[in-house]
Amino acid sequence: MLNHIWFWMIMLSLFVAAGTDIYNEITAPPPMETAGEELSLNKRTKLGQLSDAALEAAQTGVNISLGLIGIMALWLGIMKIAEEAGFIKILARLVAPITRRLFPEIPEDHPSIGAMLMNIAANMLGLSNAATPLGLKAMEELQKLNPDKETASNSMITFLVINTSAITLIPASAIAIRASLGSVNPQQIIVPSIIAATMATIVGLTTVKLIQKFEKRKNRTEGEA
Amino acid sequence: METLRLIIDWASVLAIPTIILLFIGYGGYKKIPVYEVFVEGAKEGFEVGVKIIPYLVAMLMAIAMFRASGMLDILTWLASPVTNLIGMAPELLPMALMRPLSGSGSLGVMSELMKTFGPDSLIGFTASTMFGSTETTFYVLAVYFGSVGVRKTRYAAPAGLLADAAGLITAVLVCQLWF
Repeated sequence: MLNHIWFWMIMLSLFVAAGTDIYNEITAPPPMETAGEELSLNKRTKLGQLSDAALEAAQTGVNISLGLIGIMALWLGIMKIAEEAGFIKILARLVAPITRRLFPEIPEDHPSIGAMLMNIAANMLGLSNAATPLGLKAMEELQKLNPDKETASNSMITFLVINTSAITLIPASAIAIRASLGSVNPQQIIVPSIIAATMATIVGLTTVKLIQKFEKRKNRTEGEA
Repeated sequence: METLRLIIDWASVLAIPTIILLFIGYGGYKKIPVYEVFVEGAKEGFEVGVKIIPYLVAMLMAIAMFRASGMLDILTWLASPVTNLIGMAPELLPMALMRPLSGSGSLGVMSELMKTFGPDSLIGFTASTMFGSTETTFYVLAVYFGSVGVRKTRYAAPAGLLADAAGLITAVLVCQLWF
């Protein structure tokens, strides 16, 4: 699926940029003299901007990944202590009634549950720096249970849907920007945000569970046939 | 409202020290060699950081091309009949479309909308609610699956996007009622 999305994002972007450029060149050829110097073709055209953006994004990707290493190390270190001390297991047992339903494939006190729980908690508190390392830890644990290492397991997808529709109790960055732009009441978005995110989580989980149920039934009938 | 702000500020200041105290404190209480175990765990940080690079580059590249091409304007135009139905301001569409793709991009759109219309206008209020209630789905997909080397993501992207759509639409509706 990601294959298709990726392919079409790139293809459509190229077509649209090329189309815009052709249209602009035909209808409004650039003035020969623009205040001193003419804009280079690379800066002026959509296709030029597009190649610049692509190259820049590649650099950004590396910067983000390398920037994550320090924070990753910190949180994975702390998580390791919590794991060895048995703290993660205690957490996992507390939420077992919920996780049993959401993640039927995962054994009850598996370390992945503790890591997922920590990730969701960090997201709720708006600690996005901590959330990513904890989430990646959870993925690593889920991968250990995954029979096919190249394909996403049901538990992984369920976790990701919970994660991306994350309910944030304190959407810190949005509040900070509102405050900086002179909002009278920057925290006003908290309750609407929670309602919207809850709705997203409900829809996401329902979708995932319906697909899983459907696939299970399909597999069963195929097995009988 | 003042007390609420105080609680929020303190909660964000106290969250990390509390977690560190709780985890390392409990480790010490359980007689774990905390320093050694910390270092052992921290080692993984480097591996994961390097492992996600190709996935992140692939995803960010496609998103950057998408943004630079002007596709967003075309999608905004295509989606406008649907958004008119729920009474959503057309100015909010780029925000809704950008949110699952790019964190910094949607942050920029949100700031721009609040500067133009004011943070306490319906548009500014809705834009910040949209930002606060959803995540950058494509980034999460790339990084999380990339970190464990999963390439076949099955129905993860459509399910995540459907959840985003539900969240964004709810944000629009709730903000209209709230306002």
